[in-house]
Amino acid sequence: MRRLRKLMSLTLTGVLLAGALAGCGQKDSGSADSDVIKIGGIAPLTGNVAVYGVAASNGAKLAIEEINASGGILGKKIEYIEYDDKGDTTEAVNAYKKLVNNNKVNAIIGAVTSKPTLAITPLAAKEGIPMITPTATALDVTAAGTNIFRTCFIDPYQGEIMAKFALENLNASKAAVLYNTADDYSLGVAEAFKNYFEANGGTVVSYEGYGADEKDYKAILTNVKTQNPDVLFLPDYYNTVGLIAQQVKEVGINATLLGADGWDGVLTVAPEAVEGGYFCNHYSTDDTAEEVQNFIKKYKETYNEDPVSFAALGYDTVKILAAAIEKAGTTDYDAVVKALAETNITSVTGTITYDENRNPVKDVAIIKIENGQNRLYTKVNPQ
Amino acid sequence: MDVLAKFLQQLINGIHVGSIYALIALGYTMVYGIIKLINFAHGDIIMMGAYFTFVCIVTFNLPIGVALITPVILCLLSGILIERVAYKPLRNSPRLSALITAIGVSFLLENVFFKKFGQNPIPFPQIINPSPISLGPLQISRITFITVLISVLLMILLDLFIKKTKPGKAMRAVSEDPGAAQLMGINVNSTISLTFATGSALGAVGGILYSIAYPLIDPFMGVMPGLKAFVAAVLGGIGIIPGAMLGGFIMGIAESLTKGYISSQLADAVVFGILIVVLSLKPSGLLGKNVKEKV
Repeated sequence: MRRLRKLMSLTLTGVLLAGALAGCGQKDSGSADSDVIKIGGIAPLTGNVAVYGVAASNGAKLAIEEINASGGILGKKIEYIEYDDKGDTTEAVNAYKKLVNNNKVNAIIGAVTSKPTLAITPLAAKEGIPMITPTATALDVTAAGTNIFRTCFIDPYQGEIMAKFALENLNASKAAVLYNTADDYSLGVAEAFKNYFEANGGTVVSYEGYGADEKDYKAILTNVKTQNPDVLFLPDYYNTVGLIAQQVKEVGINATLLGADGWDGVLTVAPEAVEGGYFCNHYSTDDTAEEVQNFIKKYKETYNEDPVSFAALGYDTVKILAAAIEKAGTTDYDAVVKALAETNITSVTGTITYDENRNPVKDVAIIKIENGQNRLYTKVNPQ
Repeated sequence: MDVLAKFLQQLINGIHVGSIYALIALGYTMVYGIIKLINFAHGDIIMMGAYFTFVCIVTFNLPIGVALITPVILCLLSGILIERVAYKPLRNSPRLSALITAIGVSFLLENVFFKKFGQNPIPFPQIINPSPISLGPLQISRITFITVLISVLLMILLDLFIKKTKPGKAMRAVSEDPGAAQLMGINVNSTISLTFATGSALGAVGGILYSIAYPLIDPFMGVMPGLKAFVAAVLGGIGIIPGAMLGGFIMGIAESLTKGYISSQLADAVVFGILIVVLSLKPSGLLGKNVKEKV
């Protein structure tokens, strides 16, 4: 009896060990010897920020379909495995662990919003897996490890681009800036604008903050008016921009209004008040570049709606990753990361290369609001 | 623009928002005057006025005149209904019960509209062209002109109504002593309904003017102007009609001058600071009479 028990426990140990070893054996090689390349996706497909997640995910899926239709990468098809993070940090970590430990993906695309992305960057940095977030703008995202990249530009970049645009294209010398003191995005963009504008010979005549629930801006705007600025920079989300823009008209300020990517959607709120204004965005639907028009056409055919910039960024993320794997000739983590750092491709959101912090260096679309419509005015190159 | 012109401009900005506060404050003060209830649901009447107008204009595409009158009538009826359903059964219970009920009604209204229209702000249609009219060095927006004009007109009408008409006299009588008023043959119930109706109609006009000035409406938009109007009513002396008007204008002007000359973020602090100072010096408000406790 005793012997039997011993034998049983030995056998059990053996089985467990074998299992564990088998697990070990699979770990780093991933699916190297399988006939597909697995890409893991993390996006909020439900919840408050689902609008963004679904768009980014749709864009990514479209790119994968396209690549698979033309033969895949390295002769292998892409398999896309996606989990919903609901915009939540815990869910994002769970999704990440499932993708890496169970599905054994070769690379990760995600997450979409900054907070969940920041929750998984330390894990991804430790693992060394190639990771690209399509749309997380927080500065720290790519700082966690040299294997983490992004497709969107960061907040301060937008401020600098708009300051440069005001100085060079609009010949502005006096600028006024109104920003939301309770919002990191607004604050970051405003500061970058001010620093760049002043460092390059302009004067910021008025730099005023307002609270998150503010509705009456006329008192501030009356002050701004006495300074007679050439441009008025409003880096906030479109609802607030709409409110401010109407009061700008009431007070009778004639400065040109400028904004950042939060303006995307302002035409639904106050089309008359923002007429003649400019803002920067990731891409423009009336960019005549072939890549852009093809993308828009295919996206409309597939999903029956116009692609927003999140969709374009999701699409480009897959393109960047596919190009890097192709260049590396393998799915080995380090080789792909090295190839990512040397990215140089032209896609929907522009010609993309990476700087030393793995943030993209690419053209920014400047959109002019004309006759109640967004029109691509110019593309600004940061150099 | 010189210093004086800028000051006048800020003063006009203050009068604009102040006249809206004053209109809303009238509803608080009239209701308080007659049944000693702080009607916290009054702020949500503002929100209802805004949403009803939105529905009339955008959904039903009614002509502008009808689209502006209908919400006022709907709010007026809602005011009567709220009083009948929520406050009347509590008229003889402790004042705290009625107060808590008022807060409950406020939450109910907010959440019904939240459920119906969602949490995202909806852009309010542009009714008045916002471009300014020049008056010497000053530039005054058409919206400001019309808002102040309508508010002042309504305040004058209200004053005449209360002083010169029979129902107005009945209101004053009930507010002084409901028991004695009833003995004199005044129908107290219908007088109270009338007070709620008038207050709610003024609140609806305030809500529409507020949405024209700040054209973004959401289910909780009534909370802040409601609170400020309440403060205005207390500042002027709650229960006293000219006090509510005065309080409203003081609030608006103080807010605008603070934003213009000190800091936009300090505006609320200064406004509520004024309330604290006034109440510590004159507890019954600026126009309030000191009532001695009888021993």
